[in-house]
Amino acid sequence: MAKVMRKVAIYGKGGIGKSTTTQNTVAGLAEMGRKVMIVGCDPKADSTRLMLGGLAQKSVLDTLREEGEDVELDDIRKEGYGGVLCVESGGPEPGVGCAGRGIITSINMLESLGAYEESEGLDYAFYDVLGDVVCGGFAMPIRDGKAQEIYIVVSGEMMAMYAANNISKGINKFAQNGSVRLGGLICNSRMVDNEKEMIEKFAEKLGTHMIHFVPRHNDVQRAEINRKTVIDWNSEAEQADEYRALARAIDENEKFVIPQPMEIEELESLLMEFGLMEAV
Amino acid sequence: MTVEEKLVQWDPVDIKAKLIAKYPPKVARKRAKQIMINEALENETPEITANVRTIPGIITMRGCTYAGCKGVIMGPTRDIVNLVHGPIGCSFYAWLTRRNQTDPGPEGPDGENFMPYAFSTDMQEQDIIFGGEKKLEAAIQEAYDLFHPKSIAIFATCPVGLIGDDIHTVTRLMKEKFGDCNVYAFSCEGYKGVSQSAGHHIANNQVFRHIVGENDEVKPGKFKINLLGEYNIGGDGFEIDRIFDKCGITCISTFSGNSTYDQFASAHTADLNAVMCHRSINYVADMLETKYGIPWIKVNFIGAEATAKSLRKIAQYFDDKDLIKKVEEVIAEEMPAVEAVAADVKTRTDGKTAMLFVGASRAHHYQGLFTEMGMKVISAGYEFAHRDDYEGRQVIPDLKLDADSRNIEELVVEPDETRFAPRKTAKEIAALEADGLDFKKYDGLIPDMAKDTLIIDDLNQYEAEKLVELMKPDIFCAGIKEKFSIMKLGVPMKQLHSYDSGGPYAGFKGAMNFYAEIDRLTNSKVWSYLKAPWQESPELTAAYVWE
Repeated sequence: MAKVMRKVAIYGKGGIGKSTTTQNTVAGLAEMGRKVMIVGCDPKADSTRLMLGGLAQKSVLDTLREEGEDVELDDIRKEGYGGVLCVESGGPEPGVGCAGRGIITSINMLESLGAYEESEGLDYAFYDVLGDVVCGGFAMPIRDGKAQEIYIVVSGEMMAMYAANNISKGINKFAQNGSVRLGGLICNSRMVDNEKEMIEKFAEKLGTHMIHFVPRHNDVQRAEINRKTVIDWNSEAEQADEYRALARAIDENEKFVIPQPMEIEELESLLMEFGLMEAV
Repeated sequence: MTVEEKLVQWDPVDIKAKLIAKYPPKVARKRAKQIMINEALENETPEITANVRTIPGIITMRGCTYAGCKGVIMGPTRDIVNLVHGPIGCSFYAWLTRRNQTDPGPEGPDGENFMPYAFSTDMQEQDIIFGGEKKLEAAIQEAYDLFHPKSIAIFATCPVGLIGDDIHTVTRLMKEKFGDCNVYAFSCEGYKGVSQSAGHHIANNQVFRHIVGENDEVKPGKFKINLLGEYNIGGDGFEIDRIFDKCGITCISTFSGNSTYDQFASAHTADLNAVMCHRSINYVADMLETKYGIPWIKVNFIGAEATAKSLRKIAQYFDDKDLIKKVEEVIAEEMPAVEAVAADVKTRTDGKTAMLFVGASRAHHYQGLFTEMGMKVISAGYEFAHRDDYEGRQVIPDLKLDADSRNIEELVVEPDETRFAPRKTAKEIAALEADGLDFKKYDGLIPDMAKDTLIIDDLNQYEAEKLVELMKPDIFCAGIKEKFSIMKLGVPMKQLHSYDSGGPYAGFKGAMNFYAEIDRLTNSKVWSYLKAPWQESPELTAAYVWE
């Protein structure tokens, strides 16, 4: 029987660690023998840096601009750590043009080039999307069933939770007419008081679950300086096991829901409740 | 069917009710405020809603902001390179579609005339994603290298505004780079206003900011005027210029029919502004007065009577015996031929009815021509007018500034430090006003229409067809979008934006052309040969193939 490719998108507040978490997790999946493609949907084109050992990827949009019509899959797709296929959508310089339109163009191009075909033998396609869903272009991965499971990277910081709640609104909207579902929250710890409990509670309120709590560890930073994922840099590291656990949780995940975003007042009171509790 | 029968056939209250009967309640409520039964009150004009958003789903007759700026105001100038920044469709479909004519100028056929060219940056998907500024810069450079024009104007289409290309910085830098070419841009994205009217305003602002006052050279001529709001459709401007020449009136600049960059640049050297299309150009008239002290009066060169009246107003302003005498001579010389044609045509057109839905001056100005032919305008309205174009300028202080209007820049000008020179003293103005010459005054369409006629703002396709069906006019005048849907109803249709393939219709010769054209259209037998499908076979019958 043909494999069914799972299409996963990672969202979350800007700077929360989406790209880092995505790549480290994908490294875990690759280690498990899964065939994965990462599609970076950020004009900065840094979603595959740790897989490729640097910013070595020519983006889809740059290629399209330079080569014109004559683009082949191999021009825009590179193999990185563990056989992971890496694609960067790319986009304009800050302050010019329309990055959202770029993402739409880029994903359409990948589709027409057959990057998602069964013959590619993929288990997973991961979309790593820039910050907030600011316009239609950035919602592209969750529209039209391009991504079916969403994981939101969040921390116990207030603005991160606001953003997660907002993204849930977006998913809720698109889920009404499509197949997109929320797979869970990934807590990327910022050492906030009662963080784990708070995010567990938050996830419950949204109708989902916290799929993994990733503790803060300097090894992530050290690996990044070496342009590697933690698993790649030091397979024995404690933090590597955390990402392995997250990868396994995603691989085994069966809980996919239409999230119920919280009212702002409710979210505020959740923050009050846990934030004011004595640190355990 | 005789005219008498027709006129008693309908009651305006009933017509209005039928026009909006099929609308959902909210739409009907809104449209009701834009459909007015003229009451012909003595001292006040009733209020009509205008310059508001068209309700989504309604097929409006309006155009977009870009069309108003690029097509209407800037389109007719021959020696400015009009470069459209946007996808090719916006460029191509705004290219020479208004039949603005231009003469080759003193240099003859080798002179600068860029109107036959469509200049475009031809934006592609890549330019949308990565921004179009570099491409725009390259296009300006290319136009400059090829033609060395005096001036290059950039027009923003919708996507330019969405992706935020900084066109004004690009043009400023290119202007500095060239040194001998005035480059400026219009942020006239199609979505900006409720109609093309916003585009007129944007064009007025930039023309005044970047061009007017650039050339102080004083041109010869005793009676120097600017003609504002005349676009030389089908050669209207040529006929008006012929009459001016004959009278000894010098037209420094026309905004913008048959115009050149230098005319605009020296417009501030004229002594009077004669405003024809009030809506599209009144901003420039006001600014010329504030900054340079040139008063403006409303004129109308559509219709022989109106032309004569406008010439007399200009002569009265200059208060010069010779000019007054000359103008009377010209009128006396021109009128007999016009009257002869009118008298002949009138035998066939008298009592016929017309509808006019065009512009924000044409639906008013053309009524004079129809009156001269004995015809009655039973319904009229504007596409893009503001309330003052219907009710008169006295309502301007009461106009509500809505969000859409606030979106359009209001240029604040001050008297020019060195060049402000009032052409008439306050005393002279007061004396002329006492003699019946009105300054800065436009009374609008409503006072000139008969009681119980229907005045309809922003008419749409559904209402147009319904109106024709209910009132059965002998001729319907509007634009190309309405042309064929009206003709399919078996009613002759005359385009008053582009004049179909006719014109000129302004001035004395134009009046004769118009009489002949309307006579031809309304008395043509062709309409009796044309049967709509439902007239020929009112019921369709069919059988199943297996029967």
